[in-house]
Amino acid sequence: MNDLFTEVWESVRRNKLRTCLTGFAVAWGIFMIIVLLGAGNGLMGAFNQGGNEFVSNSMMIGGGSTSKPYKGLKEGRRIRLDMSDMDLMKQEPFSENIDQVTTSHSQSGYALTYGKTHLNNVSLNGTFPGYADMNRIVMLAGRFINEKDIQDKRKVIVLGHLTAKNLLKGGTDYERLLGEQVKVGPFVFRVIGIRKAEENRDDRDLNVPYSTIKTIFGLDNHIDDITFTFHGLPTEEANDAFEKELKAAINTAHDAAPDDASATWVWNRFTQNLQMEKGSKILHTALWIIGLFTLLGGIVGVSNIMLITVKERTHEFGIRKAIGAKPWSIMKLIVAESVTITAFFGYIGMVLGMLACFLMDKTLGQSSMEVFGESIRLLVNPTVGMDVAIEATLVLIIAGTLAGMAPARKAAKVRPIEALRDE
Amino acid sequence: MQIELHNVHKTYEGAQPLHVLKGIDLSIEKGEFVSIMGASGSGKSTLLNILGILDSYDEGEYIIDGRLIKGLSERQAAGYRNRTIGFIFQSFNLISFKTAVENVELPLFYQGVSRRRRHELAMEYLDRLGLKDWAGHYPNEMSGGQKQRVAIARALITHPQIILADEPTGALDSKTSVEVMELLGQLNREEGVTIIVVTHESGVANCTNRIIHIKDGIIGEIEENSRHNASAFGTTTIMK
Repeated sequence: MNDLFTEVWESVRRNKLRTCLTGFAVAWGIFMIIVLLGAGNGLMGAFNQGGNEFVSNSMMIGGGSTSKPYKGLKEGRRIRLDMSDMDLMKQEPFSENIDQVTTSHSQSGYALTYGKTHLNNVSLNGTFPGYADMNRIVMLAGRFINEKDIQDKRKVIVLGHLTAKNLLKGGTDYERLLGEQVKVGPFVFRVIGIRKAEENRDDRDLNVPYSTIKTIFGLDNHIDDITFTFHGLPTEEANDAFEKELKAAINTAHDAAPDDASATWVWNRFTQNLQMEKGSKILHTALWIIGLFTLLGGIVGVSNIMLITVKERTHEFGIRKAIGAKPWSIMKLIVAESVTITAFFGYIGMVLGMLACFLMDKTLGQSSMEVFGESIRLLVNPTVGMDVAIEATLVLIIAGTLAGMAPARKAAKVRPIEALRDE
Repeated sequence: MQIELHNVHKTYEGAQPLHVLKGIDLSIEKGEFVSIMGASGSGKSTLLNILGILDSYDEGEYIIDGRLIKGLSERQAAGYRNRTIGFIFQSFNLISFKTAVENVELPLFYQGVSRRRRHELAMEYLDRLGLKDWAGHYPNEMSGGQKQRVAIARALITHPQIILADEPTGALDSKTSVEVMELLGQLNREEGVTIIVVTHESGVANCTNRIIHIKDGIIGEIEENSRHNASAFGTTTIMK
């Protein structure tokens, strides 16, 4: 092995310039693969940001307006969901798949008062205990709303930690707020818990029991939308069938045609995630293909330069064969040289690519856009992992071998008589 | 009989097929010091290529130590060249980017001898040929005679039974030529190596004990030359 690399080094050393020029193309190819994949990862990360706040196996359903006449009612009629729709979901056949059903209602534009501290423009968000699981709410102190709160219509409230921090004037001993009374507009609530605020969002939502808000504001049975978690729907087809069945049942309950697609809408986070994953895979594959084609140019260059090397060294290979070199030992020389050039410059490209990803993370990755009051980052963590580094190494070794193969066979075929020819 | 050729034919195919060897019959004993003489185009180089298993032949038999050398695979041929035959070339054929000692080591490298052992052996042989101080030098830093001595060391290091020398003095001046031929004669006498020298110079041929003349692809006259007086140009020098 040592001898082999000595030989390779001797050969490369004699042709520094052309080896470097050829190597540049290989480095460039790998650089492109790493940067493309890094940017792709960053892009997918940006698409997925916020996606982690929700459990993936949940759907949201809401009312739309009818698109066709049914039972003597004309099209264009607005459908509003109500509490009976929530009950419908808790019954057969839907109860087979549906776990928790919740809804929420927000009333915004209130001021929050605690002692002498005021916070403007908060909203009261009436909801159910299931909301905590569905939105992956993390409690930092106390508890979330429970069934008893709903039944007794308790005037209790859960605050986000940023709000709590403001109330504590920058303090983080959230426990202190538990049991304290806060005023939201004219209403007094008792704090039962502090939760982690959602990322990249102003912490304005205060959670209270749905039944409480319903009573306070005198809401009727109408609700905006229903969110529920489900299980046992592993494929997109099963989800589609389930959605169709659910919409038909709710449409019927509201005197809309069962097959009216616009009377109700469904947002399925599970299938959305599936599609997202599929899209991510396609993007990943496409970037690999583009990268590999870029690399191909470099590989052809290496192959070409090895052919020239073989041509130049024909006499030398003849001598080697005359004194007993077997064809395989000549082939080994060329393949090893090819792999060494490819791997060496490939690694330079890989390191530079990772550096570029790092810079991308530090610049573009930190900038964000304001969209509807939410800050959205353009790229989230645009880097590549160890897996890509290992894959790229394999690609380099395989590519180097392929590039060296044809020249090596040519070298192995050199006849020993060449040794007798004058140079 | 160490080397036997029976009715060996060789034709180079091409637009105009060239029948170079037209039935060579030849025997060389172990430990002989012979030369093959002929004009250019006589087929002597082709014969040397066949003797050295560098090239194949079309018809007949070539036997070394009772083993028929025919239809060998590349690997087998490489093995024979490595262990049985040592080559000395007109243009030395040292590898230019390797030092003297590395060049001498090379045949042992292809035998799989360890780095340290082959370095030791190579230094030993260079020492024997008076080139110990030149071990670390590259071929282009040495004189023709020194280069040819390095090449001889490389040919000897595997203890071959046969040494094939193709115009070994062709690129040397007369003084060095004499030295090289004396060296070969000494190796033949002291080590009992069979040495076959191909040349077109009668002075060189005169240094050997038997001169085989080849003409138009067949063996002509075979001169016994144990008294080394065959040269038309005198017995004391190699004419240039």
